[in-house]
Amino acid sequence: MASKHWLNKTLPLTAAALLLAGCGGNTIPDPEPTDTVGGNDGASASGGDFDNWGGGEDVPAGFDNPELADTIYFEFDSYEVGSADAQIVNRHSVQLLESGASVRLEGHADERGSREYNIGLGERRAQAVRRMLMIQGVPASQISTVSFGEERPAEFGSDETAYAANRRVVIRYEN
Amino acid sequence: MHNQRFCTGLLLAPLLVLLFAGRASAEITVEITEWNIEPAPVAIVPFGWSGNSTDAPLDVAEVIAADLRRSGRFAPIDESQMLGRPTRGADVDFDDWRILKVEAVVVGRVEQTGDNAYTVQFQLFDPFAGTQLVGYRMPASRGTMRRVAHRAADMIYEKLTGIKGVFATRVAYVTAQGEGEDRLYRLIVADQDGENEYTILESGDPIMSPAWSPDSRQLAYVSFEGSRSSIWVQTLRTGNRRQVSNQPGVNGAPAFSPDGRQLVVTLGGADGNLDIHVLDLATRQTRRLTRHRAIDTEGSWSPDGRYIYFNSDRAGGPQVYRVPVTGGTPERVTFEGSYNARPRLSPDGKKLAVVHNDRGNFRIAVIDLERDNQMVVVSAGRQDESPSFAPNSDTLIYATRQARNGVLETVTADGLIRQRLESRGGDVREPVWSPFPRF
Repeated sequence: MASKHWLNKTLPLTAAALLLAGCGGNTIPDPEPTDTVGGNDGASASGGDFDNWGGGEDVPAGFDNPELADTIYFEFDSYEVGSADAQIVNRHSVQLLESGASVRLEGHADERGSREYNIGLGERRAQAVRRMLMIQGVPASQISTVSFGEERPAEFGSDETAYAANRRVVIRYEN
Repeated sequence: MHNQRFCTGLLLAPLLVLLFAGRASAEITVEITEWNIEPAPVAIVPFGWSGNSTDAPLDVAEVIAADLRRSGRFAPIDESQMLGRPTRGADVDFDDWRILKVEAVVVGRVEQTGDNAYTVQFQLFDPFAGTQLVGYRMPASRGTMRRVAHRAADMIYEKLTGIKGVFATRVAYVTAQGEGEDRLYRLIVADQDGENEYTILESGDPIMSPAWSPDSRQLAYVSFEGSRSSIWVQTLRTGNRRQVSNQPGVNGAPAFSPDGRQLVVTLGGADGNLDIHVLDLATRQTRRLTRHRAIDTEGSWSPDGRYIYFNSDRAGGPQVYRVPVTGGTPERVTFEGSYNARPRLSPDGKKLAVVHNDRGNFRIAVIDLERDNQMVVVSAGRQDESPSFAPNSDTLIYATRQARNGVLETVTADGLIRQRLESRGGDVREPVWSPFPRF
């Protein structure tokens, strides 16, 4: 903290004398019958998936791997799919065109900065992959996107390694 | 009236004073981490008690003293220093307190009037002037006595500082605990001193962006249950919740309008173009407010209800803009630095808090809208986020990092008094301060 900031002090004085007339001790109960969906237990508990780091960019194009990599990584402040990863995306598009399956593209950001803005950055990455699939002819109806922003890190930690592991899109096939 | 001395040079060495070490019930305890003013000595005399049991249901004087101490502006003296223990104004000998140089004396008592009925009475004196500053008597039950004590502290605090107290308010926040399959997200509401904490939602999927309704009876939030984002509004007292937005793509960043009838939200749609929309809670209809290829998000209402302040990276990095609620051309608000996100206006409309990139560190900054948009960086972490003003506009709460976990801190809007709310475990984030309660 630069000390010069501390000189700019302002103490807003809301000097109006507060007379709390008729202040009882209880809050007034106010049932709200308009609410329809009940309960606190509506949040489903499908488990997080944190094991995707380790696939992806290290798989050479054309490598005869029955398990096609499902994670695309991004540079800092970038939303471009690199050329090696582009081939992975293309192989997914072939698979999607052949099978007619649906995919969910899960976009993620590293932890730096504001959370909701990072939702935007994760969505931007998911959309970059979506556009590549659509250019290859995959119908939009087979693709959905969700951005988890920084909420579901693949790797915990506040260093470049963790940041790089977390800037990603996971391609997830849905039943 | 109290002696506020500003150390304009170096910070005092960080002082760690654990205030509530004995309280097992609270997940969060409070430490004074840093301050830059000399707290004024005051005396909160133990309250008298008359009733059926040996002790009063609550040590009201202790609650008041803890509140005042936590404000960073007052230093309640130890009971052992007191020369007398009056419980009524008539018994206060001002000389006893002038010797101790305390600037204020609070006396009071709790009386039982029925099976679960009590009155709490207190009086605040200025020993040097020899006058009573405020006196009040309030009804209480065992269940409401803590809140009544906080309200007494609010009245004392306001009388001494001219600033409304926020001791009877609450804070909502999100925690995450565990890893992998076991990771659990919780949306929690607690009194602002960390007491009476309860979980209002628990999920294996992320929970984000809680926002208070203006009557402080509901919270809006984002949930990722079912692996997609949706916006919910939950009533605290009943636990009932309803989904209010579940469109394709991003449903995010809800904030209530001042009248509580609308939310400003971020919607992305299938094409992922995040824009600001206004959602009518009665009809569920949405109205688009911005249309731009950039990320437009983190909308919040100005207190007068006329503008939506939001974050957009249309000029490259994220900066704050505002647009009339009725629609129109957005106008840029922040210009200092490369990153200003998550705008939140103070309830008096005079200040704007943002997440600001301060030479590579993400910190909370407060912009004085009445003084040429002067910016003061008020936090000192590397990854600080989610600023939220207390309803008195004097203090903010935000999240910072301690090792790997998020912890909460409060700071006065001038940056002079900063405190850490110590968590017992988990990653705590996204604190939001409630409006003033309605009694």
